[in-house]
Amino acid sequence: MLMLSIGDWFSKLKSDFILNFVQDDRYKLILSGLGSTLVITFFAAILGILLGIILALVRSSHDKMIDELRPGFGKGLLKVANFIANIYLTIIRGTPMVVQLLIAYFIIFASSNNGVIVAIIAFGINSGAYVAEIVRSGIMSIDNGQFEAGRSLGFNYIQTMVYIVLPQAFKNILPALANEFIVLLKETSVAGYVAIVDLTKAGDKIRGITFSPFMPLLAVALIYLILVTIFSRLVNILERRLRNNER
Amino acid sequence: MSDNNVLISVNDLKKHYKGGEIKALDGVTTDIKKGEVVVIIGPSGSGKSTFLRSLNLLERPTSGHILFDGIDITDKSTDINKLRMKMGMVFQHFNLFPHLSILNNMTLAPMKLLGKSKEEAEKRANELLKKVALGDRGNSFPSQLSGGQKQRIAIVRALAMDPEVLLFDEPTSALDPEMVGEVLDVMKELAKSGMTMVCVTHEMGFAKEVATRVIFMADGKIVEEGTPKEIFENPTNDRLKSFLAKVL
Ligand SMILES: Nc1ncnc2c1ncn2[C@@H]1O[C@H](COP(=O)(O)OP(=O)(O)O)[C@@H](O)[C@H]1O
Ligand SMILES: [Mg+2]
Repeated sequence: MLMLSIGDWFSKLKSDFILNFVQDDRYKLILSGLGSTLVITFFAAILGILLGIILALVRSSHDKMIDELRPGFGKGLLKVANFIANIYLTIIRGTPMVVQLLIAYFIIFASSNNGVIVAIIAFGINSGAYVAEIVRSGIMSIDNGQFEAGRSLGFNYIQTMVYIVLPQAFKNILPALANEFIVLLKETSVAGYVAIVDLTKAGDKIRGITFSPFMPLLAVALIYLILVTIFSRLVNILERRLRNNER
Repeated sequence: MSDNNVLISVNDLKKHYKGGEIKALDGVTTDIKKGEVVVIIGPSGSGKSTFLRSLNLLERPTSGHILFDGIDITDKSTDINKLRMKMGMVFQHFNLFPHLSILNNMTLAPMKLLGKSKEEAEKRANELLKKVALGDRGNSFPSQLSGGQKQRIAIVRALAMDPEVLLFDEPTSALDPEMVGEVLDVMKELAKSGMTMVCVTHEMGFAKEVATRVIFMADGKIVEEGTPKEIFENPTNDRLKSFLAKVL
């Protein structure tokens, strides 16, 4: 029946805040966790985009020209590459991220004690599988006439892709790529499974020390939300720039 | 074949789809000599596009041979990219590169493939643009041009590679009627300048005026060929007669 007065409520909030963030410089844990999250996301995204473009090129060039290639080393190589790409995509998209991370950390790179680098590789490989499908859909969205115009001028397959198809595809898939980046950022929150103190783990650690879950977990959520919002804005600006470029 | 005026020599060319069920090309044999302006006519589905697109191997023939400058381009060891540089193509739907300015549309291939410097390539591009009365549009983007302007750019983009032959696949079919003339005028100029041209078109006026030879195709075959006079004034084949009755 007893109601806390507003003043009491505020002073409770204040002491909670001091306990969770100020005391023993606990905010530093959050900051370094945020740093790890950003580093993992950034480098995993770069790795993912590189892998994704390579995979998409392998898959779409296989589909497009395997019939017209002359038998020989090139054709064999493309077939093998396409086979590997398909296995890669199937495994990565068919298993949970956390399991992939655990396998990377405890089996494949068991001898490494640099969790962040293992995480970058694991998240990058995972993201690459999704980026590959995005890039592939982008390539397919470009009218075949563009491809033919490039080939008719004398460009080979790769040159046509690099100079003509991919720049246009990139514009079309930018929203999907941005979305994948946001998914990746949020997905890195499972990095704590392999002893990395990322943003999420940092919040959880503070909760474990202070036994006060409200502040640290909400702070973590808020930081993710702010990051995603800022990034979305930046992408919107970039999209508008790219569109204006064509007019 | 030993005639060194022959630029493209086509021998018993076949293109089958669905395991032979559809015969888009059913044994086409002809020679295209330097400086010729060959116009290909025929009903829809007769194989005109397939024939034209086989000449630069955008379609790979099922069988038969195509010699370009004496080189068999259907041979698997031929570097088709090298040969395509000498065979310009103009498409019905222009296929300009929308992400590049007009100037960059025209300089991309000369710079990347012929190793021209930016200055060289732009100088040539600007000359060509002036020839088609678009000298002031180099910095525009394709989306800012009308259909007729786009097609004129597509023609000079192909010319920027200094090709030995230009292939046209219905270059005016996607245009509003009032823009057909400006594109045909450019093509006529080209023909007069001695450019070797192979054109699929429904513009019979163009065929009569500038063609050195008209080929009539039906069912994947060359049914009749001859000078415009022979084809339009003295057609012998019944299918050609009924085709002409419809289009003239
Ligand atoms: N990719 C394809 N698959 C199956 N049939 C095709 C394909 N391309 C063309 N054809 C068929 O080949 C024939 C010739 O087509 P095309 O050369 O485009 O004719 P045209 O240009 O004279 O109208 C048509 O019957 C067409 O349906
Ligand atoms: Mg056609």
